[in-house]
Amino acid sequence: MFERLSRSVGKRILNFTRDSGRMTMLWIETLKHLKDASPKEIIRQMALLGADSVPIVMITILCTGMVFSVQTAKEFVRFGAGNNVGGIVAIAMARELVPVLTGVVVAGRIGAAIAAELGTMKVTEQIDALRVMAANPVQFLVVPRFIALVLMMPLLVVIGNLIGDIGGWIVSHFYAGISTFSYKQSIRELAELYDIFGGMIKSSFFGGIIAIVGCYKGLNAPNGAEGVGLATTASVVLSIILIFITNYFLSILIFV
Amino acid sequence: MNKEVMIKIRQLKIAFGDYVVIDNIDLDVYKGETLAIIGPSGTGKSTIMKVLDGLLAPTSGSIVINGQEVSEFDEDAWNEIRKNMGVVFQYSALFDFLTVGGNVAFGLKQHFKLSKEEIDNRVSSLLELVGMPDSENLLPSELSGGMKKRVGLARALAIEPKIVLYDEPTSGLDPVMTTTISKLIKKTQEHLGVTSLLVTHDMKSCYVCADRIAMLYKGKIVQVGTVEEIKNSSNPIVQAFINGWEFKEEENDGNK
Repeated sequence: MFERLSRSVGKRILNFTRDSGRMTMLWIETLKHLKDASPKEIIRQMALLGADSVPIVMITILCTGMVFSVQTAKEFVRFGAGNNVGGIVAIAMARELVPVLTGVVVAGRIGAAIAAELGTMKVTEQIDALRVMAANPVQFLVVPRFIALVLMMPLLVVIGNLIGDIGGWIVSHFYAGISTFSYKQSIRELAELYDIFGGMIKSSFFGGIIAIVGCYKGLNAPNGAEGVGLATTASVVLSIILIFITNYFLSILIFV
Repeated sequence: MNKEVMIKIRQLKIAFGDYVVIDNIDLDVYKGETLAIIGPSGTGKSTIMKVLDGLLAPTSGSIVINGQEVSEFDEDAWNEIRKNMGVVFQYSALFDFLTVGGNVAFGLKQHFKLSKEEIDNRVSSLLELVGMPDSENLLPSELSGGMKKRVGLARALAIEPKIVLYDEPTSGLDPVMTTTISKLIKKTQEHLGVTSLLVTHDMKSCYVCADRIAMLYKGKIVQVGTVEEIKNSSNPIVQAFINGWEFKEEENDGNK
């Protein structure tokens, strides 16, 4: 019983260290090949991974902005701080909610898609075919996705900020009775451009994490359709966990 | 026949942990010949292929391809060897994201600096060679299994390789298509003078296109010989396999 338990724990630790090591190697190799990627493929991936994610990011962030306002606006008005709602919503959105939630949504939508696509390529021997035709799978598949997500995430965050603040305004105006002028004025007074830039930088890192984890899980998918499914799920779970952990440290670095 | 050796395998062992797949085999493939490796499923035929195109490192032993010892090669060194090597995969492994024309042109673009016109001409003549003219703009998902195999063959031949590796080129095809593909392999060898290594368990196809046959059983080469020698073999394992008889090991042990 004890032996079985320690075996299972040991195996998990070994798997964890193996995966962490290999994923770090993939990061390094991706960075090494950054200049070799085809611009055409990068633009294709930017459209596929970034632009097509705009609607789902907009819906998620709009609702988040609205609900954040629902929870804060009336309380703030009760304490006579209704004038600050716009700024509070904008700062919370720019620094934390938009980057993290965009990261989570993109991990679910794009991270899963990347893992499934590369996983299918792996199980149908397309990755092997790339290698025997002397094409480096990292340069050919990972780098364009990595660059696309690192560039597109900050853009999604800019759109998210706009939409989130509009969501916050809708609720604070129509539900808590805060005037449009006061909402806008408080954003101007309290929030800074640095808040948005900080969020954009964080989201770039999240984009990198989503691309590398999705590609790693896809390229290492166990054989068969089940393997692709497992890789997809694992990539979403791992990306989201890593996004939350990285977010904590980046927030301290950027905003504290 | 010219007896110059193109691929020389000595004491090749491939093991996954304690599980030995290929057990110290010796094999020579002569320049310009087609050697077929036959054997039941799961005897390690495809594993040998993976070692010969550098996708898998051997556990021990020596492999000399075109005069170069490759068993310790890294990916870059393999890529040099692969410039002269075409591989036809078991499930075709056509790239989903490219058209038929794009698939056939892939290796040309990867290895040579040719004009678009030269590439287009070469692609259309190859597609004609494999009996699929004017199919450049189709997607792999629009093709039947036999058509995919033929495009896979055209893709492998595009770079005018000196060596072609065929991994189960006729598996999963109907009898007519099996004959067509087998004749195509024979025609390719005759016209282009390539050295071919063919892994299959399809005896009919083997008799059409092979010059010599090597029988692999439980990780060891049981017999190597010309088609006639294999047909008239006194080895019970070879006889059982080529005639599709059930082979009972106890009987064989009793005979010894």
